[in-house]
Amino acid sequence: MPSQPPRLEPDADALARLAPDGASVAIAKDPGAPMALTRALIRRGARGLRLVTVPTGAMAADMLIGAGCVARIETAGVSLGEFGPAARFADAVRAGAVEIRDATCPAVYAALQAGEKGQPFATIRGIIGSDLMRARPDWKVIDNPFAPGDRVVALPPLRPDLALMHVALADRRGNLWVGGRHELKTMAHAAHATLATAERIVEGDLAADPALAPNLIGGIYVAALAEAPRGAWPTAMPGAYARDDAHHRLYAAAARRADSFADYLRRFVLPREQAA
Amino acid sequence: MSAAPPADQPPARLEELLIAATARLLSGCGHIAVGVLSPIPGAAAILTGLREGARVTIIGSELPQHRSDGGVELFDLAAQGRIDAFFLSGGQIDGRANVNLTGIGAHPRMKVRWSGAFGSAFLYYMVPRVILFRQEHTRRVFPERVDFVTAPGVGPEGVLRPGGPHALVTGLCVMRFDRGRARFALESLHPGVTLEEVRDNTGFDFDAPARPPVTAPPDPETLALIRGEVLRRIADPYPAFAAGLAAAAGPEPRAQ
Repeated sequence: MPSQPPRLEPDADALARLAPDGASVAIAKDPGAPMALTRALIRRGARGLRLVTVPTGAMAADMLIGAGCVARIETAGVSLGEFGPAARFADAVRAGAVEIRDATCPAVYAALQAGEKGQPFATIRGIIGSDLMRARPDWKVIDNPFAPGDRVVALPPLRPDLALMHVALADRRGNLWVGGRHELKTMAHAAHATLATAERIVEGDLAADPALAPNLIGGIYVAALAEAPRGAWPTAMPGAYARDDAHHRLYAAAARRADSFADYLRRFVLPREQAA
Repeated sequence: MSAAPPADQPPARLEELLIAATARLLSGCGHIAVGVLSPIPGAAAILTGLREGARVTIIGSELPQHRSDGGVELFDLAAQGRIDAFFLSGGQIDGRANVNLTGIGAHPRMKVRWSGAFGSAFLYYMVPRVILFRQEHTRRVFPERVDFVTAPGVGPEGVLRPGGPHALVTGLCVMRFDRGRARFALESLHPGVTLEEVRDNTGFDFDAPARPPVTAPPDPETLALIRGEVLRRIADPYPAFAAGLAAAAGPEPRAQ
């Protein structure tokens, strides 16, 4: 865990250079996806990432997979929601181009919570009898030690190398304001370090404001941050901007085929982004 | 909400019939939760909330009365028994109510790969009244056996399971699920649908009365509620769905 003050990077591209090839990286579900950072990872040509979606993935996961950045994905599901299937994800899984670790939402959360607490494993009900158990030899069925005969699933803790996120507000101490997105806290606590973009990085200490303090990720968890205005675009940033539905439709159509997806990358991802 | 239904109300569309039929299955629930990609179940939950006072939590809603406290909480609520009803769909659903959200073919390199389990492999066990919803009613969707059991309909033995499948609502009919027998029974056919048509389009066997009743369309008051407050609220996570139904129902009646 970083004990130094977090590095303040000039932009998402500089931040993306701090995520090494092969790292396990956690990204939370929409809204507020770290899209500027996702595009920067693709520009940097990241390879071999082991992606953990918290608990599900959408455009960010689909784009990283389509761009060849991901070796393995652990996910409760990847979908573009009402815009349709995540075609780059589905094609890559079908082709065996990425290794898939199928999960279910509360298992991802429980494993992260075990990670955040430093526990040896988490337990969860359900799942037994699902074919997921065959797909996940790392999940074990155990007897409840307090009620023999009561079988539950034991999950290994999740400790991603990096939590990647975009937040509305941050300060130079690395305090990140997450509003009601409490799963971002769980994710940052479980990860070894967090890389964050923020709509705005302000002077002063967000923890000094009692209205903001309960919804902060403390700077102790944060390795580096960079300002990225509209960094969640085209996903929504609650309280700041709405989802860009037209762009989601455009992406969903482009992602159906490898060649049109490559065109999408050339048009919207590979050119370096201008500061707003 | 209390406005009298207009006399010249256009008749219920299929979506509105499905909303009303699903709401009947939710009667008596204190807390109904709605997952992703569920506009019709979400509308049915809101309708039940308006009529009976049920609490309704909708994933993705930013409305204060329907949002939850971050992503983790919904599953904690379910684990503690604080959610009475939830909805699941599936790329495939079979006669034992096994749900497949993962894909077709041998895992992991499946011929057809769908999104994945989402919360199903947990919520199906923990929520007492899970309503399966899939508008497309074909043998493709309802095979004899699913290719991959993302979440099993019943069992297994020795596993605490307070929850499970309660009913199935499709574009053709409503079925009830008997957990003891692990078998569906036809409850009603939507207007104009025959039992033969349902059998032809279902890959699994199910029980049915000789003369199945017709799914009751919403009464005028319910229909007015669906076209008013229900649509307004479901437009938060599902604007396109709400706009489509509103356009079909014609201009909203003006206040007196």
